[in-house]
Amino acid sequence: MAASYISIEGIARRFPAPEGGKTTIFEDLWFAMERGEFVCVIGHSGCGKTTVLNILAGLDEPSEGAVIIDGKAIEGPSLDRAVIFQSHGLLPWRTVLGNVAYAVSSKWRDWPKAKVEDHARKAIATVGLSGAEMKKPAQLSGGMKQRVGIARALSIEPKIMLMDEPFSALDALTRGTLQDEVRGICRTTGQTVFMITHDVDEAIYLADKIVLMTNGPDARVAEIVVNPLPADRSRNEVHKHPAYYPVRNHIIDFLVARSKSFATELAQPGKVWNRRAPPLVTPGAAGGPAPLVRAV
Amino acid sequence: MTRSVGARALVLSLVILGVFLAAWHVAVSGGGAGGQAVDPEYAKLVGAAAATGGQTPMPGPVDVGKAIWKHLSDPFYVRGTNDMGIGIQLAYSLARVLIGFGIAVAVAVPLGFLIGMSPIVYRALDPFIQVMKPISPLAWMPLALYTIKDSSLSSIFVIFICSLWPMLINTAFGVASVRKDWLNVARTLEVGPVRKAFTVILPAAAPTILTGMRISVGIAWLVIVAAEMLVGGTGIGYFVWNQWNNLSLTDIITAILLIGLVGMALDQILARLTRLVTYPE
Ligand SMILES: Nc1ncnc2c1ncn2[C@@H]1O[C@H](COP(=O)(O)OP(=O)(O)OP(=O)(O)O)[C@@H](O)[C@H]1O
Ligand SMILES: [Mg+2]
Repeated sequence: MAASYISIEGIARRFPAPEGGKTTIFEDLWFAMERGEFVCVIGHSGCGKTTVLNILAGLDEPSEGAVIIDGKAIEGPSLDRAVIFQSHGLLPWRTVLGNVAYAVSSKWRDWPKAKVEDHARKAIATVGLSGAEMKKPAQLSGGMKQRVGIARALSIEPKIMLMDEPFSALDALTRGTLQDEVRGICRTTGQTVFMITHDVDEAIYLADKIVLMTNGPDARVAEIVVNPLPADRSRNEVHKHPAYYPVRNHIIDFLVARSKSFATELAQPGKVWNRRAPPLVTPGAAGGPAPLVRAV
Repeated sequence: MTRSVGARALVLSLVILGVFLAAWHVAVSGGGAGGQAVDPEYAKLVGAAAATGGQTPMPGPVDVGKAIWKHLSDPFYVRGTNDMGIGIQLAYSLARVLIGFGIAVAVAVPLGFLIGMSPIVYRALDPFIQVMKPISPLAWMPLALYTIKDSSLSSIFVIFICSLWPMLINTAFGVASVRKDWLNVARTLEVGPVRKAFTVILPAAAPTILTGMRISVGIAWLVIVAAEMLVGGTGIGYFVWNQWNNLSLTDIITAILLIGLVGMALDQILARLTRLVTYPE
């Protein structure tokens, strides 16, 4: 098998436990992503999704194992990998424009100020925040802050986007627009995306692959759902696709039941599961798991 | 009823001032007889003038008002080493404070930065700072006089020492507690250490650093009066001591008022600056 673009190889992350010793958030975690792929991660709160993202970003180091990107092990953060932080990570003393321009001028250090600001304004317009350029983060709503974070990540035109619940604070309409915008940009520029979300419909609409993580501690990648929807899907059509509800039900079933009891599932006789190669499943396709009851 | 809280507070302040001045006036003019009953030991100590002369030992508000007017109408005269205008004396003190404080800023901010950036250095230097901080700055005076051999430079050194600790501690604390999120932003953007120091750490820690400066300048202004009383020569502290020897209480009260006003001005300037760099989160 040819080496994948991003390969997570047996990483573990342990934190000192309050009562001494160590808590293992996850260990011996394996999965891979191909170039240009849009991968969503779904799992319950606290299972370690942000921790994996931080390791991919180079902000955190695995206690064991390594992450290989394009044949090289990660050594710290890089401008090739943009991060949209769960906590926004905006600098409160800078304006919206200042925050985005800071990223732009970090990427293209020899650009004149006017060019930097022009580029930053375009990114701000992409997320629909034109007119708010001179506002400070404290004057923005949670959703607006999130959009500044998205604009900042988009502005540096990275090869890899690491997004931590980027649309969670947005209203349905803005969220839909931004999902289309971000998906469009990532697809046309061939960006590889690793995105954490709690929204099953969002994952199905955006992702090529959906990684299902079990509850922590000792979280695992239980399986990887290969999205059967066509690549050129449209928002109004996705739920009419015959595989849509099987996929959705499979994921919800995982979140409701299997994420908790995955260890017992593994103990069942005849169950084959290799943590180095989590099974790829395609619900709704021939040979996939049987469709469950149609959701309302 | 529609008057604002500020206006009503101002009226109340003026009333309190009026009551205080009136009470002072009444107490002093009524105590004229009491002024005669001076303890003979004390009379010997302060000189014959206060004990026997018709002069009231404690001046009233009118006397002080006259003295203030006299000083403020000609603040900058020089008629010999022991007779200079109160403005000149204040300028000497202010200059010493600003020089000592300025040097302390130049030392404390970069040093505090280094301490705050490294948890090991922070811990290693902490016991020293904790021991140095509570030492009264005047306790350094003999050492300073011995080594520097110049009274004016020694008082500047004392100002330097007393301004140093609050700024050092606040800078180190401010730098050490910059939010990890903001540092992570700089890291993902591959911002170099110098640019990171100026674009992330400094703005993030600026309010804490300026609060340290405000504390320092307040302490420095408290200390300069005492230091000048000790070493003499020039300055508002020396002026107060000199007027005590002349037994001119009106001049002393005038000086006390001016010391308070200048101290308030210094504090307000730094409060303004702090507000300028404070960011809402
Ligand atoms: N610095 C730390 N020290 C100790 N424990 C930590 C630390 N950071 C994270 N953890 C623990 O690691 C686990 C995973 O945290 P993480 O932030 O990755 O969760 P998550 O999957 O992103 O959750 P959410 O969906 O709520 O964002 C949590 O149980 C958390 O308590
Ligand atoms: Mg998280």
